[in-house]
Amino acid sequence: MKILVAVKRVVDHNVRIRVRPDVTGVETTGVRMSMNPFCKHAVEAAVQLAEKGDVSEIVVVSIGPKQSNDVILTALAMGAHRGILVETDAALETLTIAKLLAKVVAEEQPDLILLGKQAVDDDSNHVGQMLAALTNRPQATFASEIVVKGAELEVTREVDYGRETIAVPLPAVVTADLRLNTPRNAALPMVMKARSKPLAVRPAAEFGVDLAPRLSIEKISPPAERVPGKKVGSVSDFAAAIASEVNEMEAL
Amino acid sequence: MSVLLLADHDNGALSPATARLVAAASELGAVDILVVAENPADIAAEAAKIAGVHKVITVVAPATAETITNSLENLAQRYRVVTASASSVGKDVIPRLAAKLDIQPVTDVVEILGPNRFVRPIYAGNALETVTDPQATHLLTFRASAFRPAALGNDAPIESSNLSVTSAAKFLAAHRTDSDTPDLATAQIVIGGGVSVGSAEGFQLIEKLGKTLGAAVGATRAAVDAGYAPNDWQIGQTGKIIAPDLYIAIGISGALQHLAGIQGAKKIFAINSDPEAPLVKIADVALIGDLFEIVPQLVAELERLGLKR
Ligand SMILES: Cc1cc2nc3c(=O)[nH]c(=O)nc-3n(C[C@@H](O)[C@H](O)[C@H](O)COP(=O)(O)OP(=O)(O)OC[C@H]3O[C@@H](n4cnc5c(N)ncnc54)[C@H](O)[C@@H]3O)c2cc1C
Ligand SMILES: Cc1cc2nc3c(=O)[nH]c(=O)nc-3n(C[C@H](O)[C@H](O)[C@H](O)COP(=O)(O)OP(=O)(O)OC[C@H]3O[C@@H](n4cnc5c(N)ncnc54)[C@H](O)[C@@H]3O)c2cc1C
Repeated sequence: MKILVAVKRVVDHNVRIRVRPDVTGVETTGVRMSMNPFCKHAVEAAVQLAEKGDVSEIVVVSIGPKQSNDVILTALAMGAHRGILVETDAALETLTIAKLLAKVVAEEQPDLILLGKQAVDDDSNHVGQMLAALTNRPQATFASEIVVKGAELEVTREVDYGRETIAVPLPAVVTADLRLNTPRNAALPMVMKARSKPLAVRPAAEFGVDLAPRLSIEKISPPAERVPGKKVGSVSDFAAAIASEVNEMEAL
Repeated sequence: MSVLLLADHDNGALSPATARLVAAASELGAVDILVVAENPADIAAEAAKIAGVHKVITVVAPATAETITNSLENLAQRYRVVTASASSVGKDVIPRLAAKLDIQPVTDVVEILGPNRFVRPIYAGNALETVTDPQATHLLTFRASAFRPAALGNDAPIESSNLSVTSAAKFLAAHRTDSDTPDLATAQIVIGGGVSVGSAEGFQLIEKLGKTLGAAVGATRAAVDAGYAPNDWQIGQTGKIIAPDLYIAIGISGALQHLAGIQGAKKIFAINSDPEAPLVKIADVALIGDLFEIVPQLVAELERLGLKR
C-alpha cells in the first residue's frame, strides 16, 4: 500500500494570535509556526501502518511558501519516506488546495490519502472531503481508529452522537481526528536522517490549476471582548447567582 | 429563488437544531428541506412543522457522505443556496458537494450580513472573517447555536423523490452514548467538567448538578482523552460549539481550544481552585475552591432554593 499524507504549516496552536489593527488579517510575522496538529496525527497514522507492514511508501506533500519545508522535514523525521513541496506564497482557498493535491494524487497514485480533519488557522475542515470528490474516492472523515482489512479499511469516526464505524474500499481518503493516536517526537538521529531523504520542490504554477480566489475577504476582526466579572465568596452566593440567571431566562 | 437545507437526524428523529437552521436559511429565501434516511417519513413530518419551511423532500437511502452528497448534487441546480448545519454531517458532505459543483463553500457561518455576505470565525474563534461570495450558487454551513429557532405550527407538503443513490462506503455500526441529558448544541444551560473531575464517577457528580438544573453536560478534551466522559460531550475547537444562556465550567482551565466552543455563551460561571485560571478571568461569576467540596453543597443549595427544573 502506498500512502500520501498532506500536511500544512500553521501558526503554532499555543500562540495567542492577534488580529492586525488594519483588519486585513492575523499577525503572522515573527510568530512561531509548526505542523498543524491534526496533520501530525495523519502522519503518525501512516507511520504506524508502515510499522505493521504492508506499506511500500509514505509520501508527504505540503502546499505553501518555502518555509513549509520545515513541516515536511518534521514528517520525514517521524518516518515518512519522501516529500513534495508545492511552492506558492499566495493564500489559497481550500478548493484550490484540493485541486493541487488532486494533481499530485494523479501523479503518485496512492492507495490511501491521509489528511488532518481541519487546520487550526482557518478551521475550514474542507480539504479531505473535496479531494475525495475530485479523485472520486470514498471518504472517512474525523477518524479515531483505522483498521486495514484486506482491500478495505474499517474506520471509526467521531460524530455528533458518539462514534460510528464504516467500511471504505481502497483507494480512499481518511481525515484524522485527535484521538487517532499520539504523534511521536522524532529522535535527533531521525531528524538528521530526514535531511537526506528526497524532497522535491515544485512551483504551484506548474500544475495548471487556476489559483485565483473565488471569495473576497472584506475584513478580519477581533471577536467581542468579555467584560471581567466578579468572584463570590460562598456556595450560597454562587447558587443565588445561578438562580437569578435562571429566573431571567426566556422559556424556549 | 430558494434555499435547500439538509436536515440532520439521528436514531429516526429530526435534530433539535433544525428550527435554528431554518431560521438562518430563511434570511436568504424560501426554504426546502431535504431528508436522506432509510425511513424518512417521521423525520420529514417533524421538519414540515417548522415555520418557514416551504416543502420537505425525502430520499430513501442509508445516510452516508456519498448518498447525501449525490442527493444534494441532483437537486442543487434548482437552488441558489444549498446549506447544512456545521455538524459532523454537514462538515462531511458540504465540502464534498462543493468540489463536485466547483464552488468554494463558506462554512461555520455565524452571521448573515446580506444575500452574499457572511461572517465566520477562524483561529478557534479568536478572529472573525467577513466574506463576500460572488459565486452564482452559495454553499454554506451554519452554526446552529448562533441563530434563534424558528417557531413551529407549519404543515408543509412532503414530496418523496425517487432518486436512487449509492455509496462505496458502508455503514457498519453506531457507538452511541446512552444519556438522557439535553442536546449540548441547543441547551439553555450547560455544565462542563474538566480533567480535574478525576474519574467517570466524578462526572456523575457533574451530571447530578446537570439534572438539578435541567442542563446538558459537556467536558474538555483532556477529560474525554482520560476516558472520564464520552467523546460527544467534548466542547471546543474540535468538539461541539455551544451557545447556552448559562455555562458553568467546573475544574476547567480555559485553554484557547476550549474557549473556542463557549464564546457564544451569554453568561459564564466558573468553579476552580486556581484564581488565576484563564477561565476564571473571563467568567461573569467565579467561585474559588475545591470542586469536590463545592459541587455537592451547590446541588443541595439549588434544591433548597427550589430551582429544580
Ligand atoms: C487574502 C487571503 C484570502 C483567502 N481566501 C480564503 C477564502 O476565500 N476561503 C478560505 O477558506 N480560505 C481563504 N484563505 C485562507 C487560506 O489560506 C487557507 O489556508 C485555505 O483555505 C486552507 O484552509 P484550511 O487550512 O483551513 O483547510 P482544512 O480543510 O481545514 O485543512 C484540512 C487538511 O487539509 C490539508 N491541507 C490544508 N491546507 C494544506 C496545504 N496548504 N498543504 C498541504 N495540505 C493541506 C491538511 O492535511 C489539513 O489538515 C485566504 C487567506 C488570505 C490571506
Ligand atoms: C489542536 C487542538 C485541539 C484541541 N481541541 C480541544 C477542544 O475541542 N476542547 C477542549 O476542551 N480542549 C481542546 N484541546 C485541549 C486544550 O488545549 C486543553 O488541553 C484542555 O482544554 C484542558 O482541559 P482541562 O481544562 O480539563 O484541563 P487542565 O488544563 O489541566 O485544567 C484543569 C483545571 O482544573 C483546576 N482544578 C484542579 N483541581 C481542582 C479542584 N479540586 N477543584 C476545582 N478546580 C480544580 C485547575 O486549577 C485547572 O484550571 C485541544 C488541543 C489541541 C492542541
